[in-house]
Amino acid sequence: MSESDTTEQPVRHTAGAFDVRTFIAALMGIFGVILVLAGIFGSDTTTTGTKTPGNANLWVGIALVVFAVLMQGWAMLRPTIVDEAELAKQKAEAEEMGGHSAH
Amino acid sequence: MSDALRLGTNWVDYLVIAIYFVFVLGIGIMARRAVSSSLDFFLSGRSLPAWVTGLAFISANLGAVEIIGNSANGANYGLPSVHFFWIGAVPAMLFLGVVMMPFYYGSKVRSVPEFMLRRFGPTAHLVNAISFAVAQLLIAGINLYLLANIVEIILGWKLWVSLIVAAAIVLTYTTLGGLSAAIYNEVLQFFVIVASLTPLTIIGLNKVGGWGGLKDKVTASAGGSAQLSSWPGNGLTGFDSSLLSVIGIVFGLGFVLSFGYWTTNFVEVQRAMASKSISAAQRAPIIGAFPKMFIPFIVILPGMIAAVLVNEISDPKNSGGSPNYNNAILYLIRDLLPNGLLGLAVTGLLAAFMAGMAANISAFNTVFSYDLWQTYVVKDREDGYYLTVGRWATVGATVVAIGTATFAASYSNVMNYLQTLFGFFNAPLFATFILGMFWKRMTASAGWIGLVSGTVAAIVVSVLGTDVLGGLSLGVIGLTGQGASFVAAGAAFVVDLIVSVAVTLVTAPKPESSLRGLVYSLTPKSDFHDDSEGKLSWWQQPTKLAGVGLVMVIILNIIFW
Repeated sequence: MSESDTTEQPVRHTAGAFDVRTFIAALMGIFGVILVLAGIFGSDTTTTGTKTPGNANLWVGIALVVFAVLMQGWAMLRPTIVDEAELAKQKAEAEEMGGHSAH
Repeated sequence: MSDALRLGTNWVDYLVIAIYFVFVLGIGIMARRAVSSSLDFFLSGRSLPAWVTGLAFISANLGAVEIIGNSANGANYGLPSVHFFWIGAVPAMLFLGVVMMPFYYGSKVRSVPEFMLRRFGPTAHLVNAISFAVAQLLIAGINLYLLANIVEIILGWKLWVSLIVAAAIVLTYTTLGGLSAAIYNEVLQFFVIVASLTPLTIIGLNKVGGWGGLKDKVTASAGGSAQLSSWPGNGLTGFDSSLLSVIGIVFGLGFVLSFGYWTTNFVEVQRAMASKSISAAQRAPIIGAFPKMFIPFIVILPGMIAAVLVNEISDPKNSGGSPNYNNAILYLIRDLLPNGLLGLAVTGLLAAFMAGMAANISAFNTVFSYDLWQTYVVKDREDGYYLTVGRWATVGATVVAIGTATFAASYSNVMNYLQTLFGFFNAPLFATFILGMFWKRMTASAGWIGLVSGTVAAIVVSVLGTDVLGGLSLGVIGLTGQGASFVAAGAAFVVDLIVSVAVTLVTAPKPESSLRGLVYSLTPKSDFHDDSEGKLSWWQQPTKLAGVGLVMVIILNIIFW
C-alpha cells in the first residue's frame, strides 16, 4: 500500500461514481431492464412448464428499476464527501495497527 | 446426489449471471489498482455510512449456509426455524452492540487470537489459532459443496467435477481481488439476494393460497400444526419434553451458540471496528439486527412452501422418507420462476456461496500465515515471504476444502452439521473469552486447558449422540436433530467454565499491570465513553436503538408463538 499519493484531486470532493449507492443503482437498474424485457418478450412459464401467476418478470423488473432510480436519486441529493487529508491519516493509522497485530 | 434436479437456465439467465461477475471482478480490479481515492475511502471502511456497515455486517453472515441451511430448516421443521434469527441472532447482535463493542473499541483488541495471546499467552493462542484454522477449512467445505451443488444442477456435471470447477472459480475470485472489495460486494450481494428471494416468496405464497392456504397445507402434511408455532419446537430440537426443548433453544442456541458466534467472530466484529466513533461501531450490529429480523420471511417461508408444494420434498416427507432438504429452495426456484428471475435467483445463490467460501479461505490464510507460521514456525522473515506462504496456504486450503466438502455432502441438512461445528469451536471459545474478560484472576494455563477440555466435551457428546457425526456417532444417548448440537455446545460451555475455574485456583494469576485493556474491571471506564454521545438524536444512540430492536423481536416472537 505505498501508492497513496493521489495529488490530482482536491482535498475534499464527492465520491462521485464510486459511491456504493451508484454501484447498487447501476446493477439493480440493469437487472430491472433485463427483467422488464424478459417480461414483455419472454415466456412467463417456468422451465418445468407451469404457468407463473401474473407476469413476475415484468413486475419485479419495474420494481428494480424504480428502486435503482430512488437509490441514484439519494446518492445525487446527498453525496458522500471524501476528505483526502482525513483518509491519508486513517491509512497511516491502519497500517500501524496491522503491523502491531501481526506479532 | 440430487437425482434429476435441473434448472432450465437459458441465455437470459446467463446474461444476468455474467453481468454480476463483471461487476464483482471489475470492483476487485479497480480496488487492486487503487484507481480512485473515493473507492479507497469506502473500502478502508472508515467513515462509512451506518446503513452500509450495518448491511455489510449481516451480509457477511447471509451466506450460502444461511440461505440453504435455513430454507432446509423451514422445509424440515417449519416455523420453529425462526429461532435461528429471533433467538439465535438478534439478541446476541444487540448484546454485541451495547455491551461488547465499547470494550473491543476501548481496549484496542483487533482480533480474537490477539486477545488470546495478550490475555493468556502463547499456548492459548496456539490452541485457538489451530482450532480456528480447522473450523474455517470445515466451513469452507460446506460453502464449496453448496456451490458445487448449484454448478451440478445448472450444468448437469458430476459432483466431483463440479467441486473442482467451483474450487477453481473461488480461487480466481480471491486472487482477482474479490475480497479486497469485500464491503462493496457484500452490499451488492445483499440486494441481489433480497431482490430474488422476495418475489420467490410472494409467488410461492400466491400459489399455495396465501398464508391461510399455507397453514392448511402444513397442518395436513406430516409435519402437522406443530410446524406452525415457533415454541416449544420439539421437532427442531429432537427433545420429547417441551420444557427441555425450550431450555435447549434458549440456553443452547440463544445463549451459548449465538453469543459465542456473534461476539467472537472477528470477521464480523472488524466490520464494525472500522467505524469513526464508539457509538458508530456500536450501531453497526444494532442496525444489522433490523433487516436480520425479517430475513426469515424470505428464507424460512420459501422452505415451508417448498415442503408442501414440491413433490420431491413433500412426498418423502409425508411417507417417512428422507428428502434432500438442502435442495428445497432450488426446487422451489425451478417450479416457480420464469427465465430471467431464475437467473437472478441463481446469481444471488452463487454470490452468497462464493463470498462465503472466499471469506473462510482468507480468514484461514491470515491465521495460518501470521498467527501460526510467522509466530511459531519460521520467524523474522521479510513481508514478501509471508505473502508467498499466504498464497500457498490459499491454494492448500482450497484443495483441503474439496475434501471437507465431500464430508459435508453426507448431511441431508447442512445446518445440523454447521451447528455441530460451532459447538466444537465457538462454544468453548466464548466461555474462555467471557471468563477471561470479566475475571482478572483467571490464569494462562486455565486459558488453554479450558479451551481444549471444552472442545473435547463437545466431541464426546456428539460421538455419543445418534446421528450428529453420521457414521461416527455411537447412539449411546438418544439425541438427534439440532438438539444434539445444542447439548454439545452447552456441554462445551459448562465444561470449559468448570475446568477453567478449577485450573485457575491451583495456578498463579498474571500480574494485574499486564491486563489493562484486556479485563473489564482493569480497563479505565473513560476508554468506553463516547464524547459525542450527548449530541446524538435518540435513534443514533445505541442503547435506545437496541431497545427498539428488542421490543420488535419480542413482538415477532409473540405473533408467531
